[in-house]
Amino acid sequence: MNVKSIPISAWVGIVGIAIAVLCAIFAPLIAPFGEREIVGEIWLPAGGDFVLGTDNLGRDLLSRLIYGARTTIFVALAATVLSFALGMILSFAAAVMGGFVDQLFSRFNDLMMAIPTLIFALVVLAVLPQYLWVLILVMAVLDSTRVFRIGRAVALDVAVMEFVEAARLRGEGSLWIIFREILPNTLSPLLAEFGLRFAFSILFLSTLSFLGLGIQPPAADWGGMVKDNKDGIIFGISAALVPGAAIATLAICVNLVVDWLMKRTSSLKGGRGDA
Amino acid sequence: MGSGPITGPVLTEGTARDLGAQSADLAGVPAKPHPTDSAEIGGTSWRRFVFRRPLAALILKRLGLSIGLLFAVSLMIFGGVEALPGDFATTYLGQSATPQAVENIRKDLGLDRPWSERYLSWLGGAVKGDFGTSWASKQSVSEQIAKRLGNSLFLAFFAALISVPLAVGLGMLAVQFRNRMPDKIINVISLAAISLPEFFIGYLLIMVFAVELGVATFPATVYDTMTLAERLSAIALPVATLVLVVLAHMMRMTRAAILNVMSSAYIETAELKGLGTFRIIARHAAPNAVAPVINVIALNLAYLVVGVVVVEVVFVYPGMGQYMVDAVTVRDMPVVQACGLIFAAFYIFLNMAADILAILANPRLRHPR
Repeated sequence: MNVKSIPISAWVGIVGIAIAVLCAIFAPLIAPFGEREIVGEIWLPAGGDFVLGTDNLGRDLLSRLIYGARTTIFVALAATVLSFALGMILSFAAAVMGGFVDQLFSRFNDLMMAIPTLIFALVVLAVLPQYLWVLILVMAVLDSTRVFRIGRAVALDVAVMEFVEAARLRGEGSLWIIFREILPNTLSPLLAEFGLRFAFSILFLSTLSFLGLGIQPPAADWGGMVKDNKDGIIFGISAALVPGAAIATLAICVNLVVDWLMKRTSSLKGGRGDA
Repeated sequence: MGSGPITGPVLTEGTARDLGAQSADLAGVPAKPHPTDSAEIGGTSWRRFVFRRPLAALILKRLGLSIGLLFAVSLMIFGGVEALPGDFATTYLGQSATPQAVENIRKDLGLDRPWSERYLSWLGGAVKGDFGTSWASKQSVSEQIAKRLGNSLFLAFFAALISVPLAVGLGMLAVQFRNRMPDKIINVISLAAISLPEFFIGYLLIMVFAVELGVATFPATVYDTMTLAERLSAIALPVATLVLVVLAHMMRMTRAAILNVMSSAYIETAELKGLGTFRIIARHAAPNAVAPVINVIALNLAYLVVGVVVVEVVFVYPGMGQYMVDAVTVRDMPVVQACGLIFAAFYIFLNMAADILAILANPRLRHPR
C-alpha cells in the first residue's frame, strides 16, 4: 500500500480518529481537571480557565469531553468487535454447513431484523439491569444481525469457489475452511463493514445515552453529556452542542476512512467501480 | 472523491438482494414456469388460484408472511423479554425492596400467573386494541396511544411529504452530474449528514432558529385545541430535523439505484442505437428504476417511523416515541410492549408495502426462487 495514494479525505478521517483515540488512551494526562470534579459555577461560558466552559453541575466541559472519548470509544469498539465475532462465526457456520443450520440461523436473523434496532433495544433495556456489560452485549447482539447478513452473503460467494472445493476434497474440516480459506478472502469487504458498524455503534450508543438508557452518570460519555446539558439550550447556552459536535466529528471521520476503504476494495476486485 | 461507493449498510444489502433476485430469476424461469405451483402450500383450490392469478397469490402470500412475522415479533417482544434474566418486580422496586413488597407487587401486576397464560391474554387484548393498563399511571395504555399515535404520524407524514420529492430530485441531479462538481458536493454533504446524530441536528436547529433568531417555537407542544396552522408552525423544527436525517440516506440510495440501472447493458445498447437521452430515460431507464426507488422510499419511511423517537424526545413532542422512552425509564412494561409492538408493526407493514410495490412495478420479481 502506498502512503501517497491515500486521498486527503481519508487523511482527515485518520487524523480525526487518531486524535480521539489518543484522548481516550491518555485522558488522565491530557484533561486539565478530573472527570467528576466540580470546579466552578454552572454553565460558565467558554474561555479563561475552562477552555470550553463548564457543564450543568459546574464540571469542566473539556475534561469531561476527553474522559467521555474514553467511555464512548471503548463501549462502541467493544460492542462492534463482539458483534463481528458473533455475526461472522454464525454467518460463516451457516454458509459452510448450509441446509438446516443455514435455514435456522437465517430465518431467526430475519425475525430479529424485522424489529427496528432502537425499538428492540428500548424493549430489552427496559427489563435488563443497567450494567455496562449488559449494554455492550445488547448493542453487540442487535448489531450482529447486520453483520450476519453481509457475512453470509460474502461467505456464500467465496464458499463456491474452486479453492474451497479443493480444500474440502483434501479432507479439511469446517474450522479450517472457515479460518484458512474463507476468512482471508473476505477480509477486505468485511474491514470496510467493520468501520461502518463502528460509526453506527458510536451513534447508537450516543442515542441510547441521550435517551438516558446508555451509560449511566456520573461517568462521562458524549451522548449522556448532551442529555445533561440539553436544558441549557433554551437559555442560549451551547454546552450541549459541544459533545454533540464531537460525536458527529468522530462519526464523519470514521465514515471518511470507510469511504476510502470501500473504494479501494472495489477497485482491487476489478469491480465496476461505480454505483 | 469521485462517485462515492455505497456507504449505507442497508444499501449494500439492497443491491445484493436485487442482484440475487435477478440472477435467480433468470435461472428459474425456463426451468419452472410456475414456481409457486411446486411450493406445497394448500389444497387444489389454492393451486388453481395461484395458476389463474399468480400476482394476487404472490401478494396474498407476502401479506400472510407479514402477519406471521408480526405474531413472531409479538412473541419475541413478550416472551423474549420474559426469558431474559431479571425479575420485573425486583427491578421495578429497586434492589432494596423487601421480599414481601416484591411478592405483593407481583400479585398486583398479575405476574404470578404462568407467562404463556399472560401472553395469550395480552395478545388477545392487543388484537382487539386493548393493551391493558400502565403500571405507573394505572391508566389505559390504548387511550394514551390513541392520542399520541396521531401526533407521531402527523409528524412523520409531513417529514415524508417534504423529504421524498426532495431526495428523489437530488438523487437524480447527482446522477445527471455524475462525477462532476454538483455530485461531489452532494456526496460529501450527504456523507456528513449520515454521520450526524438526530439529537445534534435537533439542538442545532433549536439553537439557531428558536433561540438566536426566534422564528420557531420550542418546545414543540401540540394540544387538541390548536388549529392546523398553529400545529404546523409548532412542528416546523422537528419536521426539518427528520427531513435532514432521512434525506441523505434516501438520496444516496436513490442515486445508487438509478446509477445501477443506468450502467446496465440495455441502456448502453439504447445509447449505441442512437436514441436520445430523454427517450432512454423515459422508455428504458425509468420503468426499471421505479422499483428500486420505491423500495428506497419505503425503507426510509420505515426508518422515519423509528426516527421520530429521538426527535420527539428532543422537541418534547407528545408522541409515541416519548411515551415509550418515558415508560422504559420507569420500566412500565405494558406501555413498553404496546409501543414496541406498534412500532414494529409499522416497520413490518412498510417493508411489506415496499416488497409488494416492487413486485407490481417489476414483473421479473414475480417469479421467486
